[in-house]
Amino acid sequence: MLVCSHEPGYMVITVASGKGGTGKTTIAANLAIMIARDNPNPSETVWLVDCDVEEPNAGLFIQPQFDTPKPVTRLFPQINTDACNGCGRCAEICAFHAMVVISGKAMLFKDLCHACGSCALNCSEGAISEASEQIGVLGKGQKDNLRFAQGELTVGYPSPVPVIRDLKKWVIREEENPLFILDAAPGTTCPVVEALRGADFALLVTEPTPFGLHDLRLITQLVQEEFHIPCGVVINKSGERDDMIESFCQEKSIPVFMRLPLSRQIAEICARGQLLIDHSEKFALKFRECYQKIRSITPTNSGNTE
Amino acid sequence: MKKVLIISGKGGTGKTTVAAALADLAHQRKRLVLADADVDAANLELLLSPEQVEVHSFMGSQVAKINEETCTLCGRCAQICRFEAIQVNGGYRVDEALCEGCHACFHECPAGAIVMLTRQSGEWYRSETRFGPLFHAFLYPGEENSGKLVTELKQAAEKQARVSEADILLVDGPPGIGCPVTAACRGMDLAILVSEPSLSGLHDLGRAHEITSHFHVPACLVLNKADLNPATRADILDLAAQIGIPLLGEIPYDESLVWALSQAQPATSVLDNPATDALKSMWAQLESMLTAI
Repeated sequence: MLVCSHEPGYMVITVASGKGGTGKTTIAANLAIMIARDNPNPSETVWLVDCDVEEPNAGLFIQPQFDTPKPVTRLFPQINTDACNGCGRCAEICAFHAMVVISGKAMLFKDLCHACGSCALNCSEGAISEASEQIGVLGKGQKDNLRFAQGELTVGYPSPVPVIRDLKKWVIREEENPLFILDAAPGTTCPVVEALRGADFALLVTEPTPFGLHDLRLITQLVQEEFHIPCGVVINKSGERDDMIESFCQEKSIPVFMRLPLSRQIAEICARGQLLIDHSEKFALKFRECYQKIRSITPTNSGNTE
Repeated sequence: MKKVLIISGKGGTGKTTVAAALADLAHQRKRLVLADADVDAANLELLLSPEQVEVHSFMGSQVAKINEETCTLCGRCAQICRFEAIQVNGGYRVDEALCEGCHACFHECPAGAIVMLTRQSGEWYRSETRFGPLFHAFLYPGEENSGKLVTELKQAAEKQARVSEADILLVDGPPGIGCPVTAACRGMDLAILVSEPSLSGLHDLGRAHEITSHFHVPACLVLNKADLNPATRADILDLAAQIGIPLLGEIPYDESLVWALSQAQPATSVLDNPATDALKSMWAQLESMLTAI
């Protein structure tokens, strides 16, 4: 039901995790740069798109040159208090309780407003108009062979979804067989749904703790039962307890594509904002193999036609 | 009663580790009520082995449904829907995944052909733990309205805290800065911002602080994995000083904390090392900070 088909000719891989801090951004950034560097055909553009618009951090690893930013706007209600007769119709119809009547006048709590336009349509006095307001900003840039894009939600606006939606519309289109790697937000709710919509493959990053496993179960449920797209797992902070993740993967028939050990050295490299693939050929090889495994189970440039 | 929220912006910085340790240390002398506001990846319960007492349905989202028999195909719904949820394909259909339940089409349809259907999108629970009552929730994967569920959960926890005359309501918050975070932040007395010395940690600390100041909630800083990156640690401490948030404590990088998580135990109840020493002195400082608020 959640799957939107897109035309053949490009491929979208979404990196997701359920739990925060498992290493989605580390994996997405290293993978994207590795593929872009290896890419023998410069007409096949490789994109990294940071869809965690609440905390966009992939750019910190990539350090791209940004083009002119593009604002994300939505229409928000403006109350003309002189015209408002305090009837309370707006408060009654607002499904998000963003409108209240105080001392006979309507008042908006903007951090609850979804910008649906309902109050303006229903005000009998015409006392509510709408004005465009910026709720976020999109950025597009380049670093060597890699194209990069991100969205950033303005602090104080509640919903990241419109920013993600505009970001994907702006960037994801067919231009000479591009590959898009999307870095999703943590969790399993609407922002993650938005990042998974239209994806051909989901790379699920987890860690061998009860938390990692618990949240992997939830994201797997979303990916397998709602989106019906193939997925593979990356075990980050891998070690003695990997069996808990492995037996779950076996039960759900999900392949494990890569492991990165729990190590202070890796934590230090990532904390400095450096790339693992630059640090050692051993890491580069892991990411290269991971990508080959993804391609081996995802039809080449066929698009998701479900 | 003091309401304390733990958030981080960035995920995985150690919110739940800090929350569980504080619960373990605080309950020895204080009456506690706990809430896990990370409703789409609720993890605190895994550490506290709660015994479920109550289960409540969460009727979160409403979705519009178009009655094909009464629909006159006027197209008004598709014209006004801001979420592109009305699909036009011969007739008009609502894409439930895109519908935000705003009711705009319901009110606007001249034929009255649209109904709003309520569906259950999760559950929330009151449980007992050895540290006090725990309020936690499960939002079904793919659902919306996590902010609404957080609000409902918090109200129930606050009510319980008043009834049981608790000293502290401790809320483990969600990552990010979106609706569940704003819902968690509203009305709290203190926010503990858990960060780590990475570029992401630095960036997200600034944004987390913007949220707490937006809601006029005083904040303090916990720096986890503090010795991982001296240069960025200095930047974070500078930022904290600049925006005026006091340092509650620093926890050294310690892989045994991950081990404690894998044992599903608060670190302070199974370990005795520099990391748990840091957690203990953090609690001591938090206790005096709370009496001053």
